[in-house]
Amino acid sequence: MIPIFKKTKQLEAKIDEFLDTILQAALEFKQALKYYLNGDWNEFSERENVVDRLEGRADSRRRDIENQLYQEMLIPESRGDVLALLENSDDVLNLIADTIVEFSIERPEIFPEVKDQFDSLVEVSIGAVEEMVCAVRSYFKNITGVRDHISKIMFFEKESDKIGEKIKRYIFERDDIDLAKKTHLRTFITYIQNIADKAEDIGDRVNIYAIKRMM
Amino acid sequence: MIWIFLSSGLFLGWSLGANDAANIFGTAIGTKMLRFRTAAIFGSIFVILGAVISGSGAAHTLGKLGDINAVGGAFTVALAAGATVSWMAKLGLPVSTTQAIVGSIVGWDLFTGSRIDTVSLTKIVSTWFFSPLLAGIFAFILFNILKFYLKRVKIHLLQIDNFTRIGLLLIGIFGAYSLGANNIANVMGVFMGSNPFKGLSLGFFYLNDIQVLFMVGGFAIALGIFTYSYKVITTVGRELHKLSPLAALVVVLAESLVLFIFASQSLERFLISMGIPPLPLVPVSSSQAVVGAIVGIGIARGGARAINFKKLYKIVIGWFLTPLSSGILSFILLFFMQNVFQISTYRPIKYAITEYAYRDVPPTLKQAIEPIKGEVFANAREFKEKLSELGIKREDTGYLLSLARIDSIYIDSMIANKELDQKWFGKKRIEAVKQLHGRMFVHKWQVVKELSKISDEWKFRSGDRRYRVYNRELQKMYDTIFHVFSIQNIREKFKISPE
Repeated sequence: MIPIFKKTKQLEAKIDEFLDTILQAALEFKQALKYYLNGDWNEFSERENVVDRLEGRADSRRRDIENQLYQEMLIPESRGDVLALLENSDDVLNLIADTIVEFSIERPEIFPEVKDQFDSLVEVSIGAVEEMVCAVRSYFKNITGVRDHISKIMFFEKESDKIGEKIKRYIFERDDIDLAKKTHLRTFITYIQNIADKAEDIGDRVNIYAIKRMM
Repeated sequence: MIWIFLSSGLFLGWSLGANDAANIFGTAIGTKMLRFRTAAIFGSIFVILGAVISGSGAAHTLGKLGDINAVGGAFTVALAAGATVSWMAKLGLPVSTTQAIVGSIVGWDLFTGSRIDTVSLTKIVSTWFFSPLLAGIFAFILFNILKFYLKRVKIHLLQIDNFTRIGLLLIGIFGAYSLGANNIANVMGVFMGSNPFKGLSLGFFYLNDIQVLFMVGGFAIALGIFTYSYKVITTVGRELHKLSPLAALVVVLAESLVLFIFASQSLERFLISMGIPPLPLVPVSSSQAVVGAIVGIGIARGGARAINFKKLYKIVIGWFLTPLSSGILSFILLFFMQNVFQISTYRPIKYAITEYAYRDVPPTLKQAIEPIKGEVFANAREFKEKLSELGIKREDTGYLLSLARIDSIYIDSMIANKELDQKWFGKKRIEAVKQLHGRMFVHKWQVVKELSKISDEWKFRSGDRRYRVYNRELQKMYDTIFHVFSIQNIREKFKISPE
């Protein structure tokens, strides 16, 4: 009996660490973009490196967890769901990491008039990711709590849509800006919105899996 | 030779193990929550323990339905039941060894013209309806409790997984014990009247002759679990597999509780001591209890919509089809055994109002009975027909049947010393038996009368429900006495030719 409990405790810790890593990376991303908006390149690339490292760590954690789940034949009935959750959560992290690399390569110009709104966009999109991590954690530990987090994710995702649309309308109404710059910025707004979209997808999945687990 | 006759019962046990283990460990193994080896080892041990420790309660009721007194008959009856079970399993109906054996026994009763104990039959048949219902109610309640609990207690998914694993093993063990206790009667019950085994002393424990018989049957069930249940679990694809492990936990617990309450004499004793009317101890079908429990969970989940009426319909079909076909098969096989293979399938029980019996006939009936005094009837049916011809009321026939039944019993103190176990009977009872050394009896009730005169220990107690258990144990001792000292048995044992 005791060895079983010990092993699953270790696994529990691994899952928690995996989710911590995603959360950390999301926060680092938010911080990095703040520096980007302020034009602080050194700090930005520092954070970029951190996100990259975290992404690598999350990948290996995830593989570790998946192997253990299968080798020790744990949670046979929800194993598939758990696996899908972990992989999709990892996808969010990949999306974040890709986006930050794009920023560092393409360095889109963010016009001073939309800086605040752009900052809010990042804020709500990462807010969706934070709630998504909570929802996944809740799926493991407190199934009834999942719902609250799902509602918040949905709120943040909608908010990111609205803010994104607002910025896009604003820049495309302006005649004094070069079209290339407009489309360039639009692409990056879409990148950030995609993060919230992906978080919402995972929220939907967690919701279904939770209903399944309620027996 | 005896093993050849026992073989049909052992086959029945084997198929019970193969089929019914799936009802206990099916999901646990199917979902890989438990390893087959672990489940099989624990399952086998506890099936045997259940059979030996608590098997006699349900067996007693089944024994009353038909006192199959020749081993050839027991063989045939078990064979008919075994064949029916295999056939029903092939048709994909929820197999019930119970219903098959009950049908077979009634077939034997009809073939031999023996008396059918309608009280026991009603008791048994009513539990067929009652046990799935009860399992459903249990499952409904347990499921809601578990759901309520899991929602409130915040346990990690992985820990729930661990608890489920442990729960499936523990409840599986309980299920195996209950299965052994409840269903051994189906497997070995018919051999009780012609039991070839003697009591066995295992240091601190004493197993009486019936318990040894049940142990042998338990081993057959265990063999079924080890050799074939894995195949049943993995290929037949039972209903249980589609359940989640947690739901399976509830289903198996509900099923085991039903098997247990219809088998446990300790529970019966407890209920009686609390002044609650106890449930009859009757073998029930684990497969049907499972279906009942699944329906119970379905209702708890989604209301009446969740009921699989097709499945229920199959059960109801089984209620009629199984006993009917095994009864007919049993009758036909008995006919062939008796007339073609010349194997004795029953020891004819004759009935006569002897001089002794006549003395005990109630005064109101004496006049009516007078004309058949001394006349010998070949079997219960003929005797009953005569009684109704004489205008004897139905309610009196039962008493007259037991009064007029002819058995030849010869008490011998040497045999008493050899065959009766001191630990079980106790010194006083054995001494009382020895005092009857050299006496011959034609009726069983005479033995009861004489022994009760000699020792209070041999007296049945009346006046209170609490004595029910005591009386049943005493009845078992009497049955052993009748068996050990029956002249036919003594002849067989000591190779004395009938002439």
